[in-house]
Amino acid sequence: MSDPSFVFPNDPHVPWSIMIVLYPYITGLVAGAFVVSALYHVFHQEVLKPVARLALVTALCFCTFATLPLLLHLHHPERAFNIMITPSATSAMSGFGIIYNFYMLLLIVEVWLVFRPEIVERANSKTGFQGRIYKLLALGNREVTATSHAADEWLIRVLAIVGIPAACVLHGYVGFLFGGVKANPWWSTALMPIIFLASAIVSGIAALIVLYLFISWRRRTPPDLACLRAMSHYLWISLVIAVSLEMLEMLHMAYESGAEWHVLSTLITEHLAVSYGLIQVLIGSLVPFLILPMAIRPSRSPRSMMWMSGFASILILVQVFAMRWNVVVGGQLFSKSFRGFVEYPVHFGGREGLFAAAVIMLLPLLGLWIASKLLPLWDADGAVS
Amino acid sequence: MTFELNILGNHTNCGDSGGCGDSGCGGSSCGSSLEGELLSSLVGGEGGCSEGPDVSSRRQFLKKASTIAFGTFTLTVLPMSVAPQSAGESAAGGALSGAKDEVLYGFLVDTNKCVGTGKCLSACRVENDVPEGYARTWVERFVHYKDGTLQVDLVPETGYAGSDLPAIDPELVDRAYFAPKLCNQCADAPCNQVCPVHASFTSPEGVELIDPERCIGCAYCVQACPYGVRFINPETSNADKCTWCYHRITKNEQPACVEACPVGARVFGRLDDPESEVSKRLATIPTSVLKEHLGTHPKLHYVGLSGEVI
Repeated sequence: MSDPSFVFPNDPHVPWSIMIVLYPYITGLVAGAFVVSALYHVFHQEVLKPVARLALVTALCFCTFATLPLLLHLHHPERAFNIMITPSATSAMSGFGIIYNFYMLLLIVEVWLVFRPEIVERANSKTGFQGRIYKLLALGNREVTATSHAADEWLIRVLAIVGIPAACVLHGYVGFLFGGVKANPWWSTALMPIIFLASAIVSGIAALIVLYLFISWRRRTPPDLACLRAMSHYLWISLVIAVSLEMLEMLHMAYESGAEWHVLSTLITEHLAVSYGLIQVLIGSLVPFLILPMAIRPSRSPRSMMWMSGFASILILVQVFAMRWNVVVGGQLFSKSFRGFVEYPVHFGGREGLFAAAVIMLLPLLGLWIASKLLPLWDADGAVS
Repeated sequence: MTFELNILGNHTNCGDSGGCGDSGCGGSSCGSSLEGELLSSLVGGEGGCSEGPDVSSRRQFLKKASTIAFGTFTLTVLPMSVAPQSAGESAAGGALSGAKDEVLYGFLVDTNKCVGTGKCLSACRVENDVPEGYARTWVERFVHYKDGTLQVDLVPETGYAGSDLPAIDPELVDRAYFAPKLCNQCADAPCNQVCPVHASFTSPEGVELIDPERCIGCAYCVQACPYGVRFINPETSNADKCTWCYHRITKNEQPACVEACPVGARVFGRLDDPESEVSKRLATIPTSVLKEHLGTHPKLHYVGLSGEVI
């Protein structure tokens, strides 16, 4: 039996920081939120109408800032555009430029079309600075007729349909980036894109529940209980699928007990004991798995349902973050010698520190707040619509 | 005896024990006849092109001309659009295709000869200005104790003689050896594959290089290298790694580590030259590569590699 205490000399320098944890986390929220809006626009889940617009704008806000952690991570951010202008056809990462830009464009166009009637109406009615902003947003088209509205609706549906596979690709390819690294047994699995995608949907729905409850509380208007119940229902189903896939992968690795299992088992039981065993599996997966079915019981009081769904959603958001952390950071904690482990020092300050990470997570929420001032995310009667 | 004492770090400097002399490869004469057979089988022997179609009609001429035109296009225009990959592929395939004017380098590490002087390590650091805390090459020491345990550690750059590492009692040890590590210069390099901006590329001689003007420092190549030889250089913010001293070998010099090795444990040469020592030894003695199951096809070969070296 070998002494597990040898690491290759370059391995102590963990190259992918918390910023690379944030990127899949944010794109996951984007993909998940978009799926919720698509459930309404494409699959006509009318019960989700109260959050359909919120979901779309949330996806746009998070997508806008998705590249920020990457820029902070790159050691040569000034050359970032190389990935767009001279992409290598053999690299999974080089798909980023096409996939991200396509999806961002799709989101912008769809949001614009969804809000076009209100933008046009305000461009025509508002004056002063506000009026100028809406005139700018209207892009010169100041008329909404029944025909143009029907055309818009058709295009929205088309974009939503195209957006579903696009969202899957946007996030699935992030999973592929990891799953395609054969040098790393913790990452190298064909299931990785699917696992990432499933957890993305989970995180998106959970984020929308938390946002919806928070906005309702701030606006002192009760949330639509049917909508909340439906989202909690979807969240529970998605959680079961995501966690099943995660556990399947783990079980498969343990059952096969391949050449590197001795390292991976030590990684899980010692180095990721808290972030994986306690946070991702027990607190983040098992507790919401038990709470959510109780929360959506018909006999549950509205207040109780809101608390339980909200609490479970927050735990799930933590779970998905922990999952990203355990994949990205966990995969770098063992040396490629498979004989030793290294530490990832978490810093508060600096370009790739906790403070920068917190700011990045707050920026989309700031964007959402600004968007809520510009665009009618909800009706005058208080219900989010 | 001297060899064992050095492995266990009892501060005995091997100095210029040199005399690598006979590599044990001996009779290389079989190589040429085998090569002749292989060559004749590849090209189909002397009468391989017996059909030899004459261009006797316009149709045949056009057919042949279009084939040449298509071939020219695929060999010139297409490679330009994916220059780094095609260069690598052609270089990687050079040994098999047997193109006469194509240079292809190879490297052989003889673990039976390495005595852990660390001279290669300091030579590399000086030659390539490698920052402290990082390594383009290193030497691992494997010590198998009689109680069944295995100890693996790094040879200090000063060698054991210049270090304050405690000596190991030879009575406790079954066997011990050194394993020098450097870039494997894979023919199917995953580091090259994953680079999103063509910063990682293959030289015409089959050497994996990094363009310091193109690298964005994403570190994907660092993750993709199964051998841990890549790192982000803190001084240049670029990906960095061993290049087999490309700046030297293209001037017909030896890599710094090879030149510094006093026992000839590192052998560098041209694979396209059947008379080079690397070619002769690869042809005549059993060698192996690291992590072969990953399909990276390293051009770094090992003699006497033990299974626990990964």
